This record gives sequence, C-alpha cells and structure tokens, in this order.
Amino acid sequence: MPRMNAARKHPVEFTLNGRTVRAEVENRMLLSDLLRHEIGLTGTHVGCEHGVCGACTVQIDGRPARACLTLAQQVRGSDVRTVEALAPDPAVLSPLQAAFRRHHGLQCGFCTPGILMSLDALLRERPDADREDIREHLSGHLCRCTGYATIVEAALAAAEEQRKEETTNA
Amino acid sequence: MFPFTLEKPRSTEDAIAAAASGARFIAGGTTLIDLMREQVECPDRLIDINSLPFGGIRVEGEDLVIGALARMAEVAADPNVQRLQPLIAESLIEGASPQLRNMASMGGNLLQRVRCPYFRMLDAGCNKRTPGSGCAAIDGLNSGHAILGTSDHCVATHPSDVAVALVALDATMRVKGPQGERSFPVEELFRLPGDTPHLEHTLLPGELIVEIRVPGGPHSRRARYLKVRDRASYEFALVSAAAALSIEDGVIREVRLAVGGVGTRPWRLRDCEAALVGTRPERRAFEEAAQLARQGARPLRHNQFKVELLPRTVVRALALAGEVA
Ligand SMILES: Cc1cc2nc3c(=O)[nH]c(=O)nc-3n(C[C@H](O)[C@H](O)[C@H](O)COP(=O)(O)OP(=O)(O)OC[C@H]3O[C@@H](n4cnc5c(N)ncnc54)[C@H](O)[C@@H]3O)c2cc1C
Ligand code: SF4
Ligand code: FES
Ligand code: FES
Repeated sequence: MPRMNAARKHPVEFTLNGRTVRAEVENRMLLSDLLRHEIGLTGTHVGCEHGVCGACTVQIDGRPARACLTLAQQVRGSDVRTVEALAPDPAVLSPLQAAFRRHHGLQCGFCTPGILMSLDALLRERPDADREDIREHLSGHLCRCTGYATIVEAALAAAEEQRKEETTNA
Repeated sequence: MFPFTLEKPRSTEDAIAAAASGARFIAGGTTLIDLMREQVECPDRLIDINSLPFGGIRVEGEDLVIGALARMAEVAADPNVQRLQPLIAESLIEGASPQLRNMASMGGNLLQRVRCPYFRMLDAGCNKRTPGSGCAAIDGLNSGHAILGTSDHCVATHPSDVAVALVALDATMRVKGPQGERSFPVEELFRLPGDTPHLEHTLLPGELIVEIRVPGGPHSRRARYLKVRDRASYEFALVSAAAALSIEDGVIREVRLAVGGVGTRPWRLRDCEAALVGTRPERRAFEEAAQLARQGARPLRHNQFKVELLPRTVVRALALAGEVA
C-alpha cells in the first residue's frame, strides 16, 4: 500500500482558488500552515489551532472546513477555496465583502476571512438563508470585537442583494 | 506534532492489517489531529480511511444504515434520517458547528476522546492519558465531569451527543477486523473507566467501524433530544437526554431513554423506562420516573448541580417527545 515515510516530504497536488498547485510537504503539515507559510496566502487566519475559533475556515470541495485540523496531504485532488478567491479583482470587493464593509461586519478583521468563507458557502447553497440559518453558521466562529449583530446584518443584506440579482437575471 | 508515516490503503484489508500492526485510523481528523498537535496522542503511523467505501446512508426494511465515514452534516441533512429517525438528526445538529460537522465522521464521533481539560494538560496527572499518574479532576475543577459510572481513577464524561441517541435507539454497529466481521450494540462499544480508564472502547486491535444500524419502530418518530449547556449552541452538554415514546390509546407502550453529560459513557436509563411503561404520558409520571435517573449518582465538588439538572432534563425531554404529533 502507498506509504508516505515520516522523514521525507511528499508531493501533494490540488486546486487552490481555481489554479492547480503542487507542493512538497511533510505528512504532519496542516493545510493552514501550507497555505500561509509555503504558498504565502495569509488571508486564512490561525487563532486557536483546535478547531474552535473558526478563523482558519476554508472551503474544501465547496464545504466550509477547518484548515487547522486538516492535513495538507488530505486535500490531494480536492478543490480548496480561501478568502483570496472572493474578490473578483484586487480593487473590487465581492458583494458579501462589500456588505461587511457597509454594515461594519468587522473591526480588527481577525475572524473575518473564516466567517466570509462559511457565509459564502451558505449563501451559495441556500440563497433563501434567513437570520436563524446565518446565526447557526456563525455559531462556529468566534468574534471578539463586533458582538455578531453587524455580521448578521451584513449577511442578510448580502443574501437579499443576491436574491435581487437572481430575479433580475432571470 | 511528531512526524508520522501516512498510509493510503488500497483496500479495507490493507487498512485493517495496518491498524492491527499499530497504525491509527484517521477519518475527519477533528479529534485526532487536535490531540496529536497537543502531543496527547503520538501515533507514529496514520492510515487515512477516507477512500474506503463506508460512506452513505441507506434504508433496509425498517432499519436505517449509516456508513461509518458518513459525515455528521450529511447524516443530519439526509431526508431518510429526518423521516425515520429524527432523534439522530436532532442530536447531530446539537453537536459541534456546521464547519466541524462537514468534516467529522460518524465512526470518529463514537470514538472521540474526552473533553476533560486535564487530559490535555501534559503536566497534570491523568490516568486516561498516562496510566498510573492520578486524576487531577477529582480534586480539581470538575463541574463538567460525570456523576454516574465514575471510579476513583477517572470521572470524565463521554462527550458525544449522537452516541446518546444511538444508545437510546438500540442501534448496533458492524465492525471488520483481522478476525472477520462482527456486530454488537453501540452501547457495548463504551467501557466504564474502572481502574483502566485508558481503555475506552471494546474494539479489538485493527477493528474498523463499518456501519451503524438503527432499527425503526413506533417510538422512532415521537423522539426528541434535549441538550442543556452553558450557552445556546456550540458547546458540550452539561446534561442531555434522548427520549423516544410509543403511545397507544393514551398509554405509554414503549420508552427509550438515554442521557449524556452525566455518565462516563452514554447512559441508558432502563429503570426509568420500566417505570414509565403502562403509565399515561403526563408530567407527574415523567417526574416520578425521572427520580430514578439519579440512582447511584456520585457528585464531585463542583458538579452537584447535575444531580438535580439530570431528572429535570429527563422530564423535559419526555415532555417534548410526548408533544410530537
Ligand atoms: C470545537 C469542537 C466542538 C465539538 N463539539 C461537539 C459536540 O458538541 N458534540 C459532539 O458529539 N461532538 C463534538 N465534537 C467532536 C466531534 O464530533 C468529533 O471530533 C468528530 O465526530 C470525530 O470524527 P472524525 O471523523 O473527525 O474523527 P477522527 O479525529 O478522524 O478520529 C477519531 C478517533 O476515531 C478513530 N476512528 C475514526 N473512524 C474510525 C472507524 N471507522 N473505525 C475505527 N476507528 C475510527 C480514530 O482512529 C481516532 O482515534 C467537537 C469537536 C470540536 C473540535
Ligand atoms: S477525569 Fe479522567 S480524563 Fe480527566 S484527569 Fe481524571 S483520569 Fe484524566
Ligand atoms: S485556528 Fe482553526 S479553528 Fe481556530
Ligand atoms: S472583528 Fe475582531 S475578532 Fe471579529
């Protein structure tokens, strides 16, 4: 059976924000460390490293997951999206990001990338997400600044905007 | 985290053989990776079982069959689970957070390790982590600890929510090992700590959980999970209760009752069940039966509140189940 020795680095290939990346990593390297230290995408934050705070949340095959509890070798062949994928252009925010700015959904911004990745997935899967759904998804994220109310407002505004957009396009 | 060899099995037999010779299975990693980085667990070989064919959920006659690699989120959202065994869906939704439920597997959930803080503090005595080193919780901070099934060697609660529901519902599990296959009640997976708290489960070396089977019955639909905790979501239970009732002509025919947060393993309440059969589903009957729940309770310094909270939680869970139309 394919056995990856502990002493060496091993290749891993996956899609990151739409592009194929290939890296050589030790088995014990976490996805969060690969993204930040090897690939240099520091938008994904690392807080508790216990799966609790949610700062490291990324999307793996479309689903929000904790990068701090995922081995880099476990995303082989997967589609990984980080907060860097949201803005269509460095000068333009995504509608969700813009709503965060308008509604003061962030202060220090430490929790924001993880929260955006959870909400982005939620609004894609459930365009009709209501306050309850949003609160449920936020329960897996800790924010020490905002008190969450402005985040909920931002998410509701983004959901509404997205629904309007869809009706206009229909 | 210490270095380790990572193996990707070509077959189930491969995986079992590797585990029988000392490798550890990894599924979602939400328990194992966390403990490895804390050096509470230091396996030198991991075997990634995610490519094995044990995902998915199916219905066989009255039984619901859940693959060990099915994710908590997937199981909770499955229409057959919601229709046939809503208690399982509810207990899953009450656990962890959406992001973690996307990762966490059902097999891993049953084998998650305790949340006792001293278990994770390498400089504290903990018989579970380091046999013979003592138990820092007994004279330490123990408000979250167990009142049932404890020993002088360990007082940690089993943290799983869905395990409480599965034990209430008489679920069984199928495992495959070097000696072949066997099935047994989920309840028998969990050991009491006794004087060997480092031994938590009854799997033999190399055994892999393959699937969980939940028999259906008239009680399945009139079933609720109530989790009482320090905040409304994303927290482990102080006390939780899974209650399922079958009522005919205004009389309880069958009851299934199990509790979490209070026992060193998911705790079935057979005496309460027996006391309820034949009674009317009314508050007074619930209250009388619930008193039996705390038989044998041995509270510690900071968790005496659980002795009172336990019967109250049982009463409320029964009342909620009774209200299900
Ligand atoms: C922040 C946080 C909050 C949480 N809150 C809750 C909560 O409220 N309620 C709750 O119930 N849980 C909670 N959990 C626990 C979570 O549900 C478990 O960590 C998860 O279910 C474990 O599954 P996994 O696939 O990630 O397991 P892994 O970490 O991959 O494995 C766990 C253990 O199971 C073994 N294993 C895994 N699969 C198999 C198999 N098929 N056969 C044999 N052995 C196997 C592994 O070897 C390992 O020892 C929480 C976890 C975190 C991090
Ligand atoms: S209660 Fe159990 S897990 Fe906690 S310190 Fe004591 S022996 Fe360790
Ligand atoms: S850093 Fe991953 S959850 Fe906190
Ligand atoms: S904005 Fe500072 S932690 Fe959320």
